[in-house]
Amino acid sequence: MKMEAKGTWTVKKGFAEMFKNGVIMDVTNPEQAKIAQDAGATAVMALERVPADIRKEGGVARMAKIGLIKEIMESVTIPVMAKARIGHIAEAKILEAIGVDFIDESEVLTPADDKYHIDKRIFTVPFVCGARNLGEAVRRIAEGAAMIRTKGEAGTGNIIEAVKHMRTVNEEVRKAQMMNDAELVHYGKEIGAPVEILSQVRELGRLPVVNFAAGGVATPADAALMMMLGCDGVFVGSGIFKSKDPARMAKAIVEAVSHYENAEALAEISENVGDAMDGLEIETLEVRMEERGW
Amino acid sequence: MKIGVLGIQGAIQEHLSILRKTGVEPSWVKNRKELDSVEALVMPGGESTTMIKLLKRFEMWEILRNRIEDGMPVLATCAGMILLSRKIENVVNQDSLGVLDISVKRNGYGRQINSFEVDLQIDEIGPEPFRAVFIRAPKIESISGEVRVLTSYDGSPVLVRQGNVLAASFHPELTGDLRIHRYFLKMAEAAEKRIKECAE
Repeated sequence: MKMEAKGTWTVKKGFAEMFKNGVIMDVTNPEQAKIAQDAGATAVMALERVPADIRKEGGVARMAKIGLIKEIMESVTIPVMAKARIGHIAEAKILEAIGVDFIDESEVLTPADDKYHIDKRIFTVPFVCGARNLGEAVRRIAEGAAMIRTKGEAGTGNIIEAVKHMRTVNEEVRKAQMMNDAELVHYGKEIGAPVEILSQVRELGRLPVVNFAAGGVATPADAALMMMLGCDGVFVGSGIFKSKDPARMAKAIVEAVSHYENAEALAEISENVGDAMDGLEIETLEVRMEERGW
Repeated sequence: MKIGVLGIQGAIQEHLSILRKTGVEPSWVKNRKELDSVEALVMPGGESTTMIKLLKRFEMWEILRNRIEDGMPVLATCAGMILLSRKIENVVNQDSLGVLDISVKRNGYGRQINSFEVDLQIDEIGPEPFRAVFIRAPKIESISGEVRVLTSYDGSPVLVRQGNVLAASFHPELTGDLRIHRYFLKMAEAAEKRIKECAE
């Protein structure tokens, strides 16, 4: 009989499985966290400013204040995630110490390291990371990420980048599935992906961890679109609390993710949700958050 | 026999895939009609608050309760077990189906950093230990009525059975060990046989 073990790969990866077919929402205070929980969110992401505001206000975006994260943790029973800057090992250690349930090593914050991501394998707490393609996703998994999400382009309310990233991963997974061993080694070299994890991808026909959509989801239809493309669930950042009626929008997006393949249900869900957040054209952006991370 | 996995939110695909490995063809149960059509049901882990809200919104809550009270065999894991419980100790205003005579404490083993895996001895499924994964798991605080404890960990029951209901605070769908699902299928087949005999 083996002893009790914490922070194992099974425990980390298994936790991410529990979020599937659900919606994780960005919140900036306990009131918003409660609205998200009441709407049926499977987790909340605690941060100081939603991406749309980070974009507008500029400056260096860091891990949220510890007091705020703790208040949010005390206000809800669902899991609470928080963001650390790319490569900021100390921020991640602090978030783990206060008992956050999941850490997002996120390009939405200003990166702290221009070369290295956090070695996530040494942590007990699981991590989620953004990716634009299969190589990036597999590198993050190799570093210990137990969950992947598309980067999309956060804070824009524009879904095109998330779609591009999901489509790219799907395309590259299918490409890998057609390859023999020699070709796969070469492909791994080409896209900068360790071949051991790439073989798992080839065998499974998907990433070996849960893969969510993020970055630009603003309506129930956007969320349903990402599910149709094969995502396991959806992160909504600015899309909820920058909309006209956050409680209603949150509820509608949760319902849309659960019933994405039923067009009649989606029509009903999409009716009367109120105005979505204002959107931005990607070409007009000064900062492309998706380009952060390596 | 038609086996379904309640497919509202959570680790639905994991249960479907492990059931397929035992040789059955399970279906994804998403609405009232699909719930009516299955003869046994697996209630997966996930977020219990999310599942309760959506089951009510899609008008499946009462039907689910009625089906279980009428004897439909159910395997419930983690959040699924919270949904079945008689009482939730530490969260006010969280509804439950009240069909299983246990009271649970949500996240009773702590937050994610305290989540763990451990070997359990479960005599009913054989002598080999079962690797059980506990993720922000509910803790069974007390049992009453006809509830039978199949195994305990650290002083609390973690796998219980009451009639046709089998409930675990851990995740048998995450380790590839088919024995708990096989045990459930046997339980469901026996229930079906009894119903047929009664009908005759």
